[in-house]
Amino acid sequence: MQDKTLDVRIWRGQGPDDGGRFVDYTVPRLDSQTVLDVVTHVQRVLDPTLSYRFACRVGMCGSCAMSVNGQARWTCRTHVAKVVGGDGDVLEIAPLANLPVVKDLATDMTGFFDKWARARGQFQGAQTRQDDFARVSPATPERQAADAGIECIGCGVCYGSCDVVQWRPDFLGPAALNRAWTLVNDVRDTARTERLRAVAGDAGCHSCHTQGSCTERCPKGIAPTLAIAGLKRTVARAAVKGEL
Amino acid sequence: MRRNDHRAHGHPSWWAFWLHRVSGLLLALFLPLHFLALGQALRGPGALEGFLRFADAPLVKLAEWGLVTLLALHLTGGVRLLLIEFGRASDLRKNWIAGGIGVAFATGLAFALSLLS
Amino acid sequence: MPGAALRDAVAQARRWYWQRISAMVLALCVVLHLAGMVWAVRGGLSAAEILSRTQGNLLFAGFYTVFVLACAVHVPIGLVSIAREWWRWSPMAAAWFARIVTAALLLLGLRAVWGVYAPGA
Repeated sequence: MQDKTLDVRIWRGQGPDDGGRFVDYTVPRLDSQTVLDVVTHVQRVLDPTLSYRFACRVGMCGSCAMSVNGQARWTCRTHVAKVVGGDGDVLEIAPLANLPVVKDLATDMTGFFDKWARARGQFQGAQTRQDDFARVSPATPERQAADAGIECIGCGVCYGSCDVVQWRPDFLGPAALNRAWTLVNDVRDTARTERLRAVAGDAGCHSCHTQGSCTERCPKGIAPTLAIAGLKRTVARAAVKGEL
Repeated sequence: MRRNDHRAHGHPSWWAFWLHRVSGLLLALFLPLHFLALGQALRGPGALEGFLRFADAPLVKLAEWGLVTLLALHLTGGVRLLLIEFGRASDLRKNWIAGGIGVAFATGLAFALSLLS
Repeated sequence: MPGAALRDAVAQARRWYWQRISAMVLALCVVLHLAGMVWAVRGGLSAAEILSRTQGNLLFAGFYTVFVLACAVHVPIGLVSIAREWWRWSPMAAAWFARIVTAALLLLGLRAVWGVYAPGA
């Protein structure tokens, strides 16, 4: 029985001010091996100083998002066989792009969630527990638009894939804008005007150039590009009517 | 922080964006020259004719074909964007990218055939 | 939202809106222009040919005036994005760039339309 091996390059860095560099490791190559398996093996067997994040390891929480061969992915849901072709190929693992690096493969997601808040990504309702349930038909266009985006778990893959986030540091990003769109379409929400104001402008929806990297990479199949297109229409209509 | 490189760009929508932006930039650079050339007519038909004979050079004809194709590409890419932004597209319409490129090159071909006739 | 930020957001929304409106106008103009060019360059192009069609032709002049105006709206807005994102210009520099480009396109474009419309120079 021959033991196959896999060459891996993992980005190592001490913090946001450390330039960082790639370090080579060799791990056993197994059938049905995920990238997270590889990272875990390195940390447990080869180098305990490697820092990385994961939680559920079954594709539900989004904590293990990293850059694999230059593309943002959930490492627990990425089989090595899918991203490494022949035997000589190297697997490159780096932290998500567009986020400050805490250490090695762990990024600081503070800015990502701050932008979520700045985009007014919180529901604001007017009813209390004394009121009757709100009745919202799932078949209405608004509810369908909202439902298309509410499965987002804030993993950061879209944000890490977006060039506009890289070019405009203030840009709220696909996840925050997608969340805002689901709330704009929530008929129970009462903060519509503030939310539309929050997502307008250079930092908001109008800076999206429909590159579609977010939609391409989202592990939940959400299309932030289309949510942002919806925001563009809605904000423009409100601006023209003087409602902003 | 880490930055994305070409490996994150390897999908049709991104290339459609890049093509749309670069074609727009090149057309924007060309447009003033186009206006200046036509404005030559203000100096009399002789001046305009002089420019057109300069434009007979094969290299210029090639550039004209290029510009027509770029304009058609920018147009079809732009129509796709308008449909995504104002329509009710359910995805990124990648098939429209292919169709748009096809229409653009067909336009360029029609122009080339006219030039050669 | 503070006043200046809100005004800026509304201005951005309007710019987006005007770029899309001008894009729709240009889509029509460009289709007609390209069709016209493919037809007109057959058998070569001469100044006499062009001017015989355009001089004194109000329809031509009107069409191309609309074309120039739409360009003057559409092009600068696109260039500003490139200037801010790819060339890293400041918002002020990009805004002035847009104004200069708008003025140049209007000036040169309307001059060109007049140049081919004005009868017998």
